[in-house]
Amino acid sequence: MKLRSPLAVSGVLLALLVVLFAASLCAGRVWTPWSAWISHGQDPRWAIVFGLRLPRTILAILVGGALGLSGAALQGYTRNPLADPAALGVSTSAALGAVLTLYLGAAGEAHWILPLAAMVGAGVGVAILLSLAGISSSIVTFLLAGFVIQTVCGAAIALALNLAPNPWAVNEIVNWLMGSLADRSVEEVKLAAPGIIAGGLMLLTLGRPLDALTLGEQGAKSLGVDLSRTRLLMAIGVAVAVGASVAVTGVISFVGLITPHLLRPLLGSRPSAVLLPSFVGGAALTLAADILVRMTPAASEVKLSVAMAALGGPFFLAMLISMRRRLA
Amino acid sequence: MSLQAQDVTLSFGDRPILRGVSAGFDKGQVIAIVGPNGAGKSTLLACLAGLLKPDAGAAILDGTLVAALPGRTRARRIAFLAQTPEIAWDVDVHTFVGLGRTPHLGAFGPSEGDRAAIDAAIAAAGLEAFADRPVTRMSGGERARALIARALAGETDWLLADEPLTGLDPGHALDALALFRRMAHDEGKGVIVTLHDLNLAARFADRVLVLNEGALAIDAAPDVALTPEILSDVYGVLVRRHAGEVGPLIEVLGRAG
Repeated sequence: MKLRSPLAVSGVLLALLVVLFAASLCAGRVWTPWSAWISHGQDPRWAIVFGLRLPRTILAILVGGALGLSGAALQGYTRNPLADPAALGVSTSAALGAVLTLYLGAAGEAHWILPLAAMVGAGVGVAILLSLAGISSSIVTFLLAGFVIQTVCGAAIALALNLAPNPWAVNEIVNWLMGSLADRSVEEVKLAAPGIIAGGLMLLTLGRPLDALTLGEQGAKSLGVDLSRTRLLMAIGVAVAVGASVAVTGVISFVGLITPHLLRPLLGSRPSAVLLPSFVGGAALTLAADILVRMTPAASEVKLSVAMAALGGPFFLAMLISMRRRLA
Repeated sequence: MSLQAQDVTLSFGDRPILRGVSAGFDKGQVIAIVGPNGAGKSTLLACLAGLLKPDAGAAILDGTLVAALPGRTRARRIAFLAQTPEIAWDVDVHTFVGLGRTPHLGAFGPSEGDRAAIDAAIAAAGLEAFADRPVTRMSGGERARALIARALAGETDWLLADEPLTGLDPGHALDALALFRRMAHDEGKGVIVTLHDLNLAARFADRVLVLNEGALAIDAAPDVALTPEILSDVYGVLVRRHAGEVGPLIEVLGRAG
């Protein structure tokens, strides 16, 4: 099959994203036609569009992009097509950082405490993951390391729930843990954007080292790649981007896993080719999922993380089956 | 213009791998490193390529420590071909060979010169017909040639290849060695290869280093280095040297003693 250039694919995805953007402003419990957008506050639905849906849409794009790009970068770095910030425990460790601030009641002190804790949590998670995987880059070791981090952080989160000082704290933690974009405001956009943009730019610079890693660590080193610098940029980039995302939306899994996979048939397997399209594609995927979530005819809105898991679970299964056939 | 190993010593844990190996390599020659399994051939090559840092001693390229060269500079001078290279993604041959240009790439991706070098390397390895084929789905021999092409694409002064003939049939092994000789004799590059096939080493190398248990047993022309006495000493086998049709023929008779 003829491979397309990453820029062309990104362009097509961007066009799709623009369509979804418009749809996202219209769609929801209340349908807001174009006339409401340009009413400058005359139409009460104007507030829905600009107070609720616009920040939510921007956040979906930023967070989806961060997760898609982080997934593509982690898959390239680990040379493991199953790598994903959530599957490797990075999202969970970010969540643990955030939950601790909720548990200790510190989150209310200042608005930046929870996001910062989430980023620190993500950073610690990535650092542990890369140090564990540094010993051997085998797929199994890496997934097991991610599983260990995920389990330990998950247990710590459960402990925080268990020992929570009052029911409100429990409620707050549970609500936050179920990743969602509902009821987010401009404040959340302001909190997440710097981390996602900074982390995303760092990851986008890693195309060539990731390509060279196709030849393994020794091969990349023989091509002049500075492995420790690559590892550091990778760790900081993923930690900051995923940490900032998790901080405002909670854990949303599978975006990072699915997006690069959907794009590889178009772009080929070269890791650098998948990076930018994965940002745009992850944004489109997340935004589309969020629009669907808003349309569900249930009494309370289905959380985005639940919908993504429902979508991602079968996808993961299908991938495992196809990989097993290939590895057997 | 030379690459030198100066008293290179290296241990993995408490297992000594190289015990003070010193040798100088000149461009314009094909130099073979032979020796039994575990003699330290690959480790010596990795030290020369700047991929491993010796515990003591050093690899020196034209008077500069290889370990002190910036990665990109080093990669433009020395190409390294690993013995069991990892190929993580099923990229096509053209993309794969293009990885060899990594140290040369400018800010805006491959230039005309980069593309020409990739095409030349693919042609030199005889892979024109396979350029769009995914590397991971090629046969062992085709893949070995793709790996050689990847190393050629860097247009380095030095090619350090660790058992590049693994998986090649006799015809393609001859092609590869002829290519190495052309690179050395016609283009003036330095080619250092580790080999297991003593006959090919005797026939194609300008110089042979025999390693034994991490030390240099002898460093000389093939006729001097690959004698029955030395080989029986190093490999523990009985060897007879015949005059073959195209070069010396080293026949392994059996285990010594």
